[in-house]
Amino acid sequence: MALDQRTIQNLSWLARLKLPVEREGKILNDLQSILDWVEQLKEVNIEGVEPLISVTEGIAPMREDKVTEGDQQADLMANAPESVQGFYVVPKVVE
Amino acid sequence: MYTIKGKTTDWELVIGLEVHCEILSNAKVFSGASAVFGGEQNTHVSFIDAGFPGMLPKVNEKCIEQCVKTGLGLNARINKYSRFDRKNYFYADLPQGYQISQLYHPIVGEGFIEVTTSEGTRKIGVERLHLEQDAGKSIHDMSPTKTFIDLNRAGVGLMEIVSKPDMHSPEEAGEYLRQLRAIVRALGTCDGNMDEGSMRCDVNVSVRPVGETGFRTRTETKNVNSVRFVMHAIEVEANRQVEIYENGGTIKQETRLYDSDNGETRPMRGKENANDYRYFPDPDLLPVVLTDEYIENIRKNLPELPEAKKARYISELGLTPYDASVLTADREIAAYFETAAKGQDAKKVANWVMGDLFAYLNKECLPIAKSPVSAENLGALVGLIGNNTISGKIAKDVFQFMIETGKDPATIVEEKGLKQNTDTGAIEKIVDEVMAANPEQVAEIKAGKDKLKGWLVGQIMKASHGKANPALANQILNKKLGG
Repeated sequence: MALDQRTIQNLSWLARLKLPVEREGKILNDLQSILDWVEQLKEVNIEGVEPLISVTEGIAPMREDKVTEGDQQADLMANAPESVQGFYVVPKVVE
Repeated sequence: MYTIKGKTTDWELVIGLEVHCEILSNAKVFSGASAVFGGEQNTHVSFIDAGFPGMLPKVNEKCIEQCVKTGLGLNARINKYSRFDRKNYFYADLPQGYQISQLYHPIVGEGFIEVTTSEGTRKIGVERLHLEQDAGKSIHDMSPTKTFIDLNRAGVGLMEIVSKPDMHSPEEAGEYLRQLRAIVRALGTCDGNMDEGSMRCDVNVSVRPVGETGFRTRTETKNVNSVRFVMHAIEVEANRQVEIYENGGTIKQETRLYDSDNGETRPMRGKENANDYRYFPDPDLLPVVLTDEYIENIRKNLPELPEAKKARYISELGLTPYDASVLTADREIAAYFETAAKGQDAKKVANWVMGDLFAYLNKECLPIAKSPVSAENLGALVGLIGNNTISGKIAKDVFQFMIETGKDPATIVEEKGLKQNTDTGAIEKIVDEVMAANPEQVAEIKAGKDKLKGWLVGQIMKASHGKANPALANQILNKKLGG
């Protein structure tokens, strides 16, 4: 798979990472070589092999339907860049 | 068939609904924080819900059970193997940066809902039901430059129920939604409250000339929050599309917003950049595997569903299909009706519930749970009419006293001395008196002016203070007039 400049720009937008234009070339090359390396895996014959989604086998353990936590507004806000009266405060997200 | 008349051709609608139902559970789907609506901001939040690094989700067994229950209620296939995927997008009220959902292996597969409209009964296909987590709430009006975030709702379990593009009129879509709400409410898997947002609906609409097969480009209208709005949004969106086609235009596949104030749909801003959710299996969560025994156990304990209840009301209680669907649309109304109808004439009870009781509750904006007249007492009132203790007319007055005092009807009848007079002798005396007081009218009736008879009966009832048994009074009067 060949990457181009537009894909890099789109990826940085999707990841919300501000990428200076002068670095786009280097990132493109790095990412391309990672993809090329992964590409080699296609040589392996995987016929009849189920995709491995988790290295842990088994089925999901369940929790009981009980309220066991919460009520820790102050602890949450201690890590918030900005908060008012227990709300997280972020830059306006609608125009 | 519902169509939109165009200049050159008639157009039919193709409608699909995606309905999000908040799951009724104590705790959230992947954390032990409370899933109950309300609470002070950010007090129903665990570190998992707030997206702290290193926190691992663990599935709430109740949410799985609720999905299976709902799936069975939708006559759907339950998938014994399901698993979770991440839907990646950035939004301030989604702290993880992804929503845990089920794209590839949903917990419930195809099913259907039976929907009755003026055009008859049809099965509307359900494509799937999958389990996912709700996002938090963004509040935009507390500051001109900032958005405030409350994560109490973040991580509450959601069932997304996707219909097939099977509906063809606003009425049909409205009924599908009503029926779906009745089902989840009957099952106790979602409270179905569209005002509070515990049930939300996205509407997919496209149009095509009648006779054309295949689908044209559809639009998705988001978060339409009442049955009435869903029906209206479909109507205006379909008309908008027809107008564009007829003027030679094309429809863009896009997400739109319904504006109930202006009665229109418009494109959502800032969504030009096509969504790219980069779904992938969530490595934090193992698959959910269910056994036949588990599913059968839930099936055995399912409560009676609205469709079955409706059929029973019609066949066993002799109600009309209309009355039966009104009374079964809401679980609490059905329960009230059944309690009231126990040992009474069910049809008469239905009339009282849908007539006087609903009129009063609607006027006062009360839910049936807050009715001042208990179901037992309403049943007893119908009983008193049935055994001729009071007339239907007096019953209206007794009902009024019941609303005011909450007392049982027998006590009110006793206290107010409203017992109906079935003493033939006493009624005869009143009839004689009334006839003597109105000789001209009696003469006219005898001369053939039958219409006046009703008036005379009215006078008799009045003279008896409404307590004479009307049938008896009529009978005696007829005898005297004939003789």
